Amino acid sequence: MSDAYFPVDPGLGLEENFLSLDDILMSQEKLPGRAESTLPRLAFALGQGAGTGDSLPEGSKLEIPLWLAKGLHDSKRRIISVELPKVYKEAWRTVFSADANVVDLHKMGPYYYGFGSQLLNFDNPENPEIAQTILQTFITRFRRIMDSSQNAYNEDTSALVARLDELERALFQAGQKGLNDFQCWEKGQASQITASSLVQNYGKRKFTDMEG
Amino acid sequence: RQTLEEMRALYERNQADVSEAKSGRPDLIFLIRFRHCCLLRNQRCVLAYLYDRLLRMRALRWEYGSVLPSSIQFHMSAEEVEWFNRYKKSLATYMRSVGGEEGLDLTQDIKPPKSLYIEVRCLRDYGEFEIDDGTTVLLKKNSQHFLPRWKCEQLIRQGVLEHILS
Repeated sequence: MSDAYFPVDPGLGLEENFLSLDDILMSQEKLPGRAESTLPRLAFALGQGAGTGDSLPEGSKLEIPLWLAKGLHDSKRRIISVELPKVYKEAWRTVFSADANVVDLHKMGPYYYGFGSQLLNFDNPENPEIAQTILQTFITRFRRIMDSSQNAYNEDTSALVARLDELERALFQAGQKGLNDFQCWEKGQASQITASSLVQNYGKRKFTDMEG
Repeated sequence: RQTLEEMRALYERNQADVSEAKSGRPDLIFLIRFRHCCLLRNQRCVLAYLYDRLLRMRALRWEYGSVLPSSIQFHMSAEEVEWFNRYKKSLATYMRSVGGEEGLDLTQDIKPPKSLYIEVRCLRDYGEFEIDDGTTVLLKKNSQHFLPRWKCEQLIRQGVLEHILS
């Protein structure tokens, strides 16, 4: 019930947490972009050239992970220019404003909110609208998450969780945990000392290690 | 270890390119910057992994007690073992300084206790177990005992005993 393991949370807002594993996974997601000038010898690394001596011609389209985009992005924009992925563009923004509950956010890149917040780091004339859309989707979906997490006790929740992105899943699990703790307390199990979940998980994993 | 090798190789290549760039080829700056990004990324991943391991070890101290089972110790590197011992020591000094003369064991009584003695059932063979007044209790599978709370708490958390509510 009360666990001693506290992993580092993902960052909120414009900055990521350096040591958060969730943030590292999130910044691995790819962005479309364009090379602004010829990039010597990079063709091999970015997957488009034949050998190490090639250089990328100007204007070629690239798919780069977020961490690389953040590093290579310069205020003078000599190297890379970044475009918005589909989900944050006009078409999808109208979908979100129509009804946000229907969208399968897990399929659209499981880090919608986090990735969107990081996108605001790049200069883009549509930034205020993107920020507004993200906020509005969160508000609309939150009520349903809260309801479902508080009322699904001892059930299979995979159908409910399948369409949520990672941030929403974390919220859902927090709600579930609260519900379980409350039920335990009601049943009088609050004073029962239990083996910690770490120990139980560790016992299970040990067997697989020895066999594999 | 492999990532360290990779990082060193990348760094050396970067150095070569830096010297080349200084001698008058300014368009190589992008390449250097790219490699620098990769290095930073590798560094971040390695650090996050090691830090997460530390957090888990700290949790293990609170769950398992002062001595870790040998299979866990086998997987820990020498620096981690040293870190764990130092953490144990600082936790012990802190506990000693907090509660009066003898100190206060913070790892006990994680949930508020209702009574001094509790009923436990043994889940695994553990061997003999000695209580404060000298009597030994043989813990075999499925045997039930009525034991003082503070002695059993660790064993329950480790999964050897099971607390029974009447």
